[in-house]
Amino acid sequence: MSDLVRLDAASLAAEIAAGNASAVEVAEAHLDRIAATDDRVHAFLHVDADGALTAARAVDERRSRGEELGPLAGVPLAMKDVVVTRGLPSTSGSKILAGWRPPYDATVSARVKAAGIVMLGKTNMDEFAMGSSTENSAYGATHNPWDLSRVPGGSSGGSSAAVAAYQAPFGIGTDTGGSIRQPAAVTGLVGHKPTYGGVSRYGLIAFSSSLDQAGPLTRTVLDAALLHEAIGGHDPADSTSIDAPLPALVTAARDGARADLSGLRVGIVRELSGEGYEPGVLAGFAAAVTLLTGLGATVTEVSCAHFGYALPAYYLIAPSECSSNLARFDAVRYGLRVGDDGVRGLEEVMSLTREAGFGAEVKRRVILGTYALSSGYYDAYYGQAQKVRTLISRDFAAAFADCDVLVSPTTPTVAFPLGARVDDPMAMYAADLCTLPASLAGTPAISVPCGLSDGLPVGLQIMAPAQADDRCYRVAAAVETAVAGRDGRPILAAAPPV
Amino acid sequence: MTLAAPSYDDVLARYAPVIGLETHVELGTASKMFCGCPTEFGAEPNTQVCPVCLGLPGALPVANAAAIEATIRIGLALHCSIASWCRFARKNYFYPDMPKNFQISQYDEPLCTDGWVDVLLSGDTYRIEIERVHLEEDTGKSLHVGGATGRIHGATHSLVDYNRAGIPLVEIVTKPVTGTGARAPEVARAYVTELRDILRALGVSDVRMEQGSLRCDVNTSLSPLDSPVWGTRTETKNVNSLRSVERAVRSEILRQSTVLDGGGRITQETRHFHENTGQSTPGRSKEEATDYRYFPEPDLVPLAPAEEWIGQLRGTLPELPSARRARLQEAWGMSAPEMAAANAGALDLIEATVAAGAPPEDARKWWLGELSRRANEAGEELAALAVTPTQVAELVRLVASGAINDKLARQALDGVLAGEGDPGAVVEARGLAVVSDSGALTVAVDAAIAAAPEVAEKIRAGKVAAAGALVGAVMKATRGQADAQRVRDLILERLT
Repeated sequence: MSDLVRLDAASLAAEIAAGNASAVEVAEAHLDRIAATDDRVHAFLHVDADGALTAARAVDERRSRGEELGPLAGVPLAMKDVVVTRGLPSTSGSKILAGWRPPYDATVSARVKAAGIVMLGKTNMDEFAMGSSTENSAYGATHNPWDLSRVPGGSSGGSSAAVAAYQAPFGIGTDTGGSIRQPAAVTGLVGHKPTYGGVSRYGLIAFSSSLDQAGPLTRTVLDAALLHEAIGGHDPADSTSIDAPLPALVTAARDGARADLSGLRVGIVRELSGEGYEPGVLAGFAAAVTLLTGLGATVTEVSCAHFGYALPAYYLIAPSECSSNLARFDAVRYGLRVGDDGVRGLEEVMSLTREAGFGAEVKRRVILGTYALSSGYYDAYYGQAQKVRTLISRDFAAAFADCDVLVSPTTPTVAFPLGARVDDPMAMYAADLCTLPASLAGTPAISVPCGLSDGLPVGLQIMAPAQADDRCYRVAAAVETAVAGRDGRPILAAAPPV
Repeated sequence: MTLAAPSYDDVLARYAPVIGLETHVELGTASKMFCGCPTEFGAEPNTQVCPVCLGLPGALPVANAAAIEATIRIGLALHCSIASWCRFARKNYFYPDMPKNFQISQYDEPLCTDGWVDVLLSGDTYRIEIERVHLEEDTGKSLHVGGATGRIHGATHSLVDYNRAGIPLVEIVTKPVTGTGARAPEVARAYVTELRDILRALGVSDVRMEQGSLRCDVNTSLSPLDSPVWGTRTETKNVNSLRSVERAVRSEILRQSTVLDGGGRITQETRHFHENTGQSTPGRSKEEATDYRYFPEPDLVPLAPAEEWIGQLRGTLPELPSARRARLQEAWGMSAPEMAAANAGALDLIEATVAAGAPPEDARKWWLGELSRRANEAGEELAALAVTPTQVAELVRLVASGAINDKLARQALDGVLAGEGDPGAVVEARGLAVVSDSGALTVAVDAAIAAAPEVAEKIRAGKVAAAGALVGAVMKATRGQADAQRVRDLILERLT
């Protein structure tokens, strides 16, 4: 394995800027790594070697002309397949979009390209981002680089596995109910879900419009802040995008790395622990709390009484929105078309296509959501879930009156074995217990590695008020520094070779 | 046994109709409702599209501020309350010409509610109450190929044009209109006419029914005169002209009465109106109605028009057609039927012509007579004719001065329309001036008398009426350019 793939994004950018390595060399090193490992990991659905090398060459040429380059120019990236990329397959992990090459770039893709970041390819995911293990992909499961018999989390499991397996220094994920934070936690990475509206959704193949957010999956907190700044900020093409400058995230990450949290008020959410949480996870979390105290923070316990209703509320809102968002996959304009023999009518072709093109979990949620929105049931289901959502937001507001950040484990368990939960949707849904409240409230939350349980990574979730993403980065960077100090190495360094 | 169809008057002696109108107006904004695509009518299929209006995966809508403004102005012109906060909603149903398989519309939070519009029908005023005015996006258009009817049944395949998909559409819904009795069809037509004139005055749409920028669905029900409950209603679609609005209501009243008289029940259904037969055929039954699963559109932020902005928009409202018509009728001293013949577009032209110096009566006569006829022949709007109000005023002046007569004026108009210049220049260039020079006329008169000695003899014998034949001959000889009265005087001078 080339030393280049061991470097984090900020270090790679520095090497490229200093002329110690060319962007092409860096891209080649990562493409080689993918070629050498992805038969076991299966992180990528599509590797765009030509595109990556072309983009890398462009960066090298610009550098040779003495042009000013961005802080991430030449750094390779793994892009989740839910993000639309012009001319490149964008399937969202679904058969129904097999063969579709979008004629446009998502804002996130466009900003990645504008930053001179080199996109290596598109990563695997649970179909339409519905899942917590990446086993719901129509293209086969992804394996956790820590233990190939386990899941890499989901739905952004392709990106988390790619970054954890050193196939890419960082990746883009999307998070609807925990799909960045949970994969980050179970692969020993940093994963941040921005404030809703902080990163443009334009070009994200929609799962649940009021919840979806793109964000970074990285090996360091600083890299996450750098990537977040590259993709975030107002976008007029997304009406729900916040029309205000991003907080200074990179500054916050650098500040946090000085490992001084004096005066910071940290709240432990009482409802996000207890039954269903593995002892190893709770131990890792407790150790993280000890670190926070050692960093100078004041830690208290807070109660958020309605967080227990987050899961049922989420599983009404997200399926409702997805039942509408996925209606466009009808075999008329793009993607899969099944049974169009010139005899069958439109509805039959549509029905056969959706039957063949959607996986079981997608069908389950479309049916659930269709039911929840039906006349006569709307108030009892969708309407009621929206009220719960308001109550959860109020819980956050009350807690943030006394605390600067809230903390919890990111996931109740470490990475579970492949296949363990595929036949038990409720067990699969429980993987998102801790991440759902911030999703429903639209508030930012980050997962940072804080320990190991039986050799598998445990994540600490740090939640902040809306538009205070900088607090997540500051506290996460402090924890990252403290963990490395405590263990003598970063968590990811404990991962066995793939 | 088949019952003979009852007469319309007989039906209305026994039944009371209730009507309701849902009007869709395509706004004339430069770009579509939720993207930047142009909205021009008649472009090559699928050339005015982008990821957003094609509903491609990942694309997101951004609301068009100009469309929201236009909708609020429509609401204000219809005396509606404007919501201080409202949301778009998704209306979910599958149809191939709807790219996302949901339409972004408004549901329980329309932008404008509870308004009214007065329509005048030969002296009587009917107040039509407006339930709501809301904003939504139009769908694409399907072309069903291979069948006999152009409709989906029997077609071998369908083509979809998404140019129209996403064009801003305003839906204006009336409350049920009662108490119009036999005049229901006329009231329906008068309402749509008035609405069209209001929309035109607002400048928010080109309101062309034949191009579909104004579309009307007509709800009709009948109940026995003494019944406290309304009958089951039907909704007639594909009503594509003002005349059809009236015909559709009338034919539906007759159809329903025949069903009811025969002891049948009216099915709640959508019906399809046929211009050629004036009849409708059943469409989709509402009893198996789609559940649209409305929910607030999560991709858009709520609309919250500020009071101040609404006040500013109120200040931009033009004089509305009814007020204007009343003012002009008074100023021009015209009768109600004379005024009624003029739509808002014609009033603009007449008013401008009057402003250019023409007497109102002459201006009205030209625009509603000769020029309307020519516009109809050309299948154009009056305003699209290649003649300006100033030029019409000049024509009027030339006729009034005796320089040309009406017939010559029409020839001068030919020249103006052909782009030969202003009326004065055309008269000169074509040599259209009335021949009033006695010398030249005398020669023509003498020639006519000489050519018809037997007619001359009759006149000499006192049959003055016979002079008409000689006048005609002189007019023919002078190619219509003579002053007919002057010719007649000269003939009688010579022969009596």
